[in-house]
Amino acid sequence: MTSTPTPGPAPGPDQAVSERLLPERRQINWLRWATVTIIVVSVVLPGVSLLLRSFAFRWHYPDVVPGEWGLDAWTYTIDDTSRVFESLGNSLRIALLTTTLALLVGMPAARALGQHQFRGKRIVEWILMMPIIVPALVAAMGIHIVFIRLGLTATVLGVSLVHLIPATPYFVLVMSSVFANYSPALEETARTLGANKIRVFRYVTLPAISSGLLVACLFTFLISWSQYVTTVLIGSGILITLPMVLFPFLGQGNAAVAASITLIFVAPAVMVLILTSRSLGRGSTVMGGFGKV
Amino acid sequence: MTLERRQTPLRERLKIPLMLTPAMAVILLLFLGGLVAGLMQSLGYFPAAGLTEFTFRHYVDAVTDRNFLVSLWTTFRIAFSVTLLSTVFAVGAALVLRQRFPGSRLATFLFQIPLPVPHLVAASAVILLFAQSGLLSRIGAALGLINAPGDFPAILYDNASIGVMLSFMWKEIPFVGLVVLAILQSVGPQYEELAQTLGATKRQRLVHVLLPLIMPGVVSTWIIVFAFTFANFEIPLLLGQSFPTTLPVQAFREFQRPELTSRPKGMAIAIVLAVITVLLLIAYRRLARYSRST
Repeated sequence: MTSTPTPGPAPGPDQAVSERLLPERRQINWLRWATVTIIVVSVVLPGVSLLLRSFAFRWHYPDVVPGEWGLDAWTYTIDDTSRVFESLGNSLRIALLTTTLALLVGMPAARALGQHQFRGKRIVEWILMMPIIVPALVAAMGIHIVFIRLGLTATVLGVSLVHLIPATPYFVLVMSSVFANYSPALEETARTLGANKIRVFRYVTLPAISSGLLVACLFTFLISWSQYVTTVLIGSGILITLPMVLFPFLGQGNAAVAASITLIFVAPAVMVLILTSRSLGRGSTVMGGFGKV
Repeated sequence: MTLERRQTPLRERLKIPLMLTPAMAVILLLFLGGLVAGLMQSLGYFPAAGLTEFTFRHYVDAVTDRNFLVSLWTTFRIAFSVTLLSTVFAVGAALVLRQRFPGSRLATFLFQIPLPVPHLVAASAVILLFAQSGLLSRIGAALGLINAPGDFPAILYDNASIGVMLSFMWKEIPFVGLVVLAILQSVGPQYEELAQTLGATKRQRLVHVLLPLIMPGVVSTWIIVFAFTFANFEIPLLLGQSFPTTLPVQAFREFQRPELTSRPKGMAIAIVLAVITVLLLIAYRRLARYSRST
C-alpha cells in the first residue's frame, strides 16, 4: 500500500506514547460499549427471535415472549407436504456438485495465478473475476434457452453449472492467495527424494494448503447454498431448493414455519462459523471471503 | 532440472495455458457465453420465439417504459445508501474493534457472524424484528413507547426501502469492516503515534492519518458491495414495494412472462444492468491500479 519507511520504534518514546494514549482511550469508552452493544444485539436478537417464533404456538401482540409454545411449525416443516426434506436434498446435491466442479476447474487456475508470472496474467485475472461484479443473473437469463435445448434445465447438473458462474471466481481468488503464500520448494525436495506426483500432492502439497482449501470449499458450498434466483430460473420451478421453499413463507405465509425453515437454511453457515471459530477472534480476516455469500 | 526443461520445451510452454483452461472455459462458456446469448436476445434475435430480425426496439421499449427510470433510480438509491452507510458504520466498528479490551475478541467474533449467513436469512430476521407486530414493536409496547402495532414505523415494503437496506447492511457492514480491520492491522499504530507526537489531536489523527490510510483499500470494496446490492434480486422482491421495484426484479418479471415474446425486453433491461456493472468493473480496475501506485 504505502512504501514510506516506518518510523523507527525506539523503545523509550514508544512507551511514552502509549502511556499518553491511555487516558484518551478511557474517555471514549462509551463509544466502545455502544459499538459492542449494537454488535451483540444485532447478532443475538435475530437468532433469538427466529428460535422463539419457530417454537411459538400462540404469540399475541404485545407479548414479548410467546404465550403458548408448540412444535406445530416444526412438525409441518419435517412433514413431506412442506417439501422441506426434498428441497434440502436438492440443495445439498447441488451445492456439493458445485463445490466439486469448482475444485476441479479452480485448483489448476489458482495455482497458475498464485505461483507463476506469465504474459496476459492480468487479462486472465480480469476475465476470471468478472462475475464478482457483473451479475450472474444476466448470464443465467441469456443461457437459459441454450440449457433448455441441451436438456439441462430442471437438472442438478444444469443448476450446478449456473452456480459455478459466481462460485468459480471466489474459489480461484481464495486458492490463488493460498498458493501465493505457499512455497513449492518442498515439493522439489520430495521429488528429488523419489516421490511420485500423487505422493508429492498427498504428503507435501495437501497438508500445506489444507486449511485454505477447506475455507475455499466451504465458501463455494455456501455460495451455491444461498443462490435463489438463478436456481428458480434454471430449475424451471421443478427442481426445488431450500430457499425456494422458504421464500413464499417469508411474505404472507405462516411466520412460525418461515422461522423454522430459516433455521434449517442457516445451519451450514453456523457450522462454518464453528469450524472457523478458532481463527475468528484472533484478528484473522479469513472470513472476509465469505462476505459475498 | 535445466536439462529436463530443455528436452520438453513445449510441455513447459503449454503448462500454464493448460492449468488455466478449465476455469477459463467455465467463465468464457457459461458466463460470457450467457452474456452474449442474452445480448443477442435483447437485440431481437430469438429464434425460439420466432424472432430473427435484429432491432433496437426492445431497448427503446425497455427504456421508455414508465417503470424503467423509477426502477433505475430506486436501484441506485438503495445501492448507494447501503454502500455509504455500511462504510460509515464499518469504519466506526473497525476503529473500536482494533483496540484490545476485555471482550474484544468475542465482539470481533460476533461482528463476523453475518458473513457466511445467506441474505435470505437476514431478510427473514428483519421481517420478524421490524414488522409492525414484530419483536421490536412488542418490546416498544412493553416499555410503554407505543400502544398498537400501527404506532411502529412501517419500514417494510415502504417508499424508502428501509427494510431492504437493513437486510443488506446487516451483511455488508461486517464485510467492509473486516477489510478495514485488515488494513488497520497491516498499517500498525506507528503513523498515528507519530502524528500524536507531532501534536495532532484525536480528530486530526482520524481525518488526516487514519482515513487516508483506510480509503484506498475500501474503495475497491465499495464497488463490490455496490455491484452486489445493485444486482440483488430476492431482497427487494421480498422486502421492497411492488412498485417502484428495482431493475433486477423488473428484468426478471418481464423475462418470466408466459409469452416468450416479452423475453427480449426483460433481457434488454438485464443487459443495461450488466453494462452498468461493467462500467463499475472498469472503474474498479482503475481505482485498484491507482491505490496500488500510491
